[in-house]
Amino acid sequence: MGKKIKFGVVVFPGSNCDADCLWAVRDILNQDAEFIWHESKNIKKYDCLIFPGGFSYGDYLRSGAIARFSKVMESINEFANKKNKFIIGICNGFQILLEAGLLPGTMLHNKNLKFICEYVNVIVENNETPFTNKCEKGQVLKIPVAHGEGNYFCDERTLNTLIATEKIAFRYCDINGNITDEANINGSVYNIAGIMNTKENILGMMPHPERAMIKDLGSEDGKLIWESLINYIKKS
Amino acid sequence: MAKAKVYVTFKDGVLEPQGKTVNAALLKMGYKNIKDVRIGKFIEIEIENGDKKKIKKEIDEICDRLLANPNIEKYDFEIE
Amino acid sequence: MQNYNVEITDEILKEHNLKKEEYENILKILGRKPNIVELGVFSAMWSEHCSYKHSKPVLKKFPTKGKYVLQGPGENAGIIDTGFDIGVAFKIESHNHPSSVEPFQGAATGVGGILRDIFTMGARPVAILDSLRFGNLNTFKTQHLLKGVVSGIAFYGNCVGVPTVAGETFFEDAYQDNCLVNAMTIGIVNKKKIKKGIAKGPGNPVMYIGALTGRDGIHGASFASAELTEENQKRRSSVQVADPFMEKLLLEATLELIDKNLIIGIQDMGAAGLTSSSSEMAYRAGTGVEIDIDKVPKRELNMNAYEVLLSESQERMLLVCKKGNEKKVEKILKKWGLHAVKIGRVIKEQQFRIYEKGKIVADIPVRALTDSNYKYFPLKKQKGVKPAYLKDINIKIDDIKIPEDLESVLKKLISSPNIACKSNIWRQYDHMVQTNTFTLPGSDSAVINIKDKDLMIATSVDGNGRYVYLDPFLGGMAAVVEAARNVSMSGAQPVAFTNCLNFGNPEDPEIFYQFKKAVEGMAYAAKKLNTPVISGNVSFYNESPENAIYPTPVVGMVGYIKGKNKRYAKQYFKNEGDIIVLLGEIKEEIGASEYLKEIHNLIKGPVPAIDLKREINLQKTCVEGIKKEIIISAHDISKGGLAIALVECCISGSLHGNKAIGAYIELQSDIRVDALLFGETQSRAIVTVKRENLLKLKRIASKNKIIATEIGKTGGNRLIINIDWASKKYSKKLNIDIDEIKKLWMSGVNEYV
Repeated sequence: MGKKIKFGVVVFPGSNCDADCLWAVRDILNQDAEFIWHESKNIKKYDCLIFPGGFSYGDYLRSGAIARFSKVMESINEFANKKNKFIIGICNGFQILLEAGLLPGTMLHNKNLKFICEYVNVIVENNETPFTNKCEKGQVLKIPVAHGEGNYFCDERTLNTLIATEKIAFRYCDINGNITDEANINGSVYNIAGIMNTKENILGMMPHPERAMIKDLGSEDGKLIWESLINYIKKS
Repeated sequence: MAKAKVYVTFKDGVLEPQGKTVNAALLKMGYKNIKDVRIGKFIEIEIENGDKKKIKKEIDEICDRLLANPNIEKYDFEIE
Repeated sequence: MQNYNVEITDEILKEHNLKKEEYENILKILGRKPNIVELGVFSAMWSEHCSYKHSKPVLKKFPTKGKYVLQGPGENAGIIDTGFDIGVAFKIESHNHPSSVEPFQGAATGVGGILRDIFTMGARPVAILDSLRFGNLNTFKTQHLLKGVVSGIAFYGNCVGVPTVAGETFFEDAYQDNCLVNAMTIGIVNKKKIKKGIAKGPGNPVMYIGALTGRDGIHGASFASAELTEENQKRRSSVQVADPFMEKLLLEATLELIDKNLIIGIQDMGAAGLTSSSSEMAYRAGTGVEIDIDKVPKRELNMNAYEVLLSESQERMLLVCKKGNEKKVEKILKKWGLHAVKIGRVIKEQQFRIYEKGKIVADIPVRALTDSNYKYFPLKKQKGVKPAYLKDINIKIDDIKIPEDLESVLKKLISSPNIACKSNIWRQYDHMVQTNTFTLPGSDSAVINIKDKDLMIATSVDGNGRYVYLDPFLGGMAAVVEAARNVSMSGAQPVAFTNCLNFGNPEDPEIFYQFKKAVEGMAYAAKKLNTPVISGNVSFYNESPENAIYPTPVVGMVGYIKGKNKRYAKQYFKNEGDIIVLLGEIKEEIGASEYLKEIHNLIKGPVPAIDLKREINLQKTCVEGIKKEIIISAHDISKGGLAIALVECCISGSLHGNKAIGAYIELQSDIRVDALLFGETQSRAIVTVKRENLLKLKRIASKNKIIATEIGKTGGNRLIINIDWASKKYSKKLNIDIDEIKKLWMSGVNEYV
């Protein structure tokens, strides 16, 4: 067992997957976890910050645009630059990380212009990262998405860098792991479902791993991502 | 080629949640002089040159039938 | 200040929808002439929407008590006990008229209203369901309404973070001019923290929280505004705009206030806004209220008392807290970026008293506005008249020709709007947030897990307007029975329900007859099934000059699955090689069916008969079979009959990433083959079991006097139905490719959403 990892789930006005994230890491994976109000500056004590999904500030103007000016974001760079500190942004959390410039790129409306909630398949592109080390390379994970603005976009140079430096964590694929247009539900560049920063301590992803934690919910594949991180922190 | 610039905004008196939320955010960020924010849509339409009156009528019709939701929105346009 | 003492003319009464005799009662109540503000208040509170003046005497027929009922009708929402430390609060409500005018905002604000009804009880919303009716899908109008309504529901529910887990959508010409949008919310409440809409304790402050008050949805105000201000155009009542972000903040703030035990009573400002919420809260507590219009937070300039009292701006709530707690209340609201403003106080005198600029502008006995037993309350006692159309409404089955090509009938039915897959609707709803949705949309009922309790909730909304149109009593029964059956297909014991009664103009004796008979049918079934009504809503006047809607009672049923193992079933075939069993009877009933409508273009009865004893026994059989892990999948047979149910069992699992599984079926029957395949005989289900458990299932069924017939086996990628029996009169074979039929099923409605 050893020591428990300390997760902090950042709560903005309008976050709505905060309780699910807490449940996933605290109740299912038996780690330490608590909520962090967006006005708090005291984030040093956490090993990993989770930016949960939802509609921070109603997603008005642009998803994540207002949340990035919250107090908690003022010390986020300092946190991210420290050793053995991690950040996971899921869905709206990913959008906030993009708006804050912690990850490159931006989110556009889904190509069908509609909100999409369903199970999708993503392939693990790189399994030598803190977030994927418990996965096989090329493993297909079944994890649900729920978003209206998840169409990841970046310029060609950024994309080439992401590819060359292996910072793409997950890509939308079919059940057999084929990267197809049909599987690219929201129209993302290069079928991108999740990316990391250069240091590989920040992950942003549109699918919700906290929703794929027990069989009754349709899949347990989300556990692999959390377990990878827990494994990595414990080893280091 | 003529160009129509169409502005669609919420009618006065209709609740505009987006503008309100942005307004509150700006105040929180320290822009204390902000009094009100209203968010709308800006649409550019290129149209074959012709009778100015006819173009105006057509754009007006387009705004009324499609671009604005007459239940809650109003519109304004200029033609260049 | 404006002069409210205008002469009340017949025209003004008409504008306010008040009858002459109602006005005379107002004179008696006040002992003087009302001013225009008071007239507006009476008009709103005595409207059907607030007073239930046409429906109340009939609604008394519903059973509303039972061992599970913690809170029956009359509050913001009803609550049932779970046997644990929590209760389940739920209610359904209509937003039909606003959705017809402005589908996106109308549907969105409808969801908002019903969410507030739940969380004002102290319950955290855990699920939304919706029941929708539109006209002909081939018309632009219907497609426009459908898209708007669906995206409005998605916009609101998704943002607030409450999963939309189940629903139903139907298309009938009768709804062409009046679409129906009914939304239901279920919440979980700690039994010790249940809150009610009461204004107790004279001297306690009345506080206003939430969005500002604008001139939204003010009824009958056109005249009053014009008279009072001459700014007619500017003051035109406007559509209510939804702000789900505000709702989310209100939700969290309200639950925090209740959790910290800071408030005495709280209520949503719904229909008739500030007027209804304050007077109803006072009535329930036997008190009165004083409100100062000048203190009400307003969004627009120069709003007068009339407008402020009758505004229906969304996302506003009224609360009463203990004197001295105001600061604590304000502190919590501030945390969520909201404000609380004291706008009045509770008074001992049972009066609804409104001040503006220091002067009283309305002073009315609370009971006159809210108490249906009050001497002058405008309760209507009506008798219905049996509608003329019911005289010649039933077919003779021998007049209906049996189609030769049954495969094409099946294909036509599976892609018809009322049967085709609705996945593009619910794919737009976040149905997984909160991580409790164990059975996702597209099954008979949704199953919602309650974390940390040996408890799950199964829920379904149902109502077949066509059945009720063709036979109001039987149709009313069918709505309750089908909702209960759907819940039992998940393995849940139906416990209680809420209902939304959508009808035409009740002043029309024929419409009133439909209403009365339908309620009687529902009440009868509810009593026998032991599922009381705990909340509900009536929506009348759903009609245009051309026609009224089908009488459409919608039932939202809630059932419990208890026990450590949390056993439940879904509707689709799970494995290859399982045995398929038909529970229930085969009868020659094709009246009122989708088959009759789609294939023979007939909307005629007779509506399939219901034997409530058999129905209860069928449900018992399924619940017991699932609990004992004998039944693997269970699907009730309803629209489209046995054949359509079989197709759905084969393909509906593939919507959530499972494999579609074919089946080989052998039917031995001598009845008409169209009735056999497509008849909608009640109290039936298709279940699957392992071969070794077949006998166990048969034993449970026979104990319950239910016929259990082994009809086939799952497997392969085709659905083959062989019909053969001694007389050979109707021998037939259907052989259909599963992928092909799935394509048809997916195409019928999805391309329009």
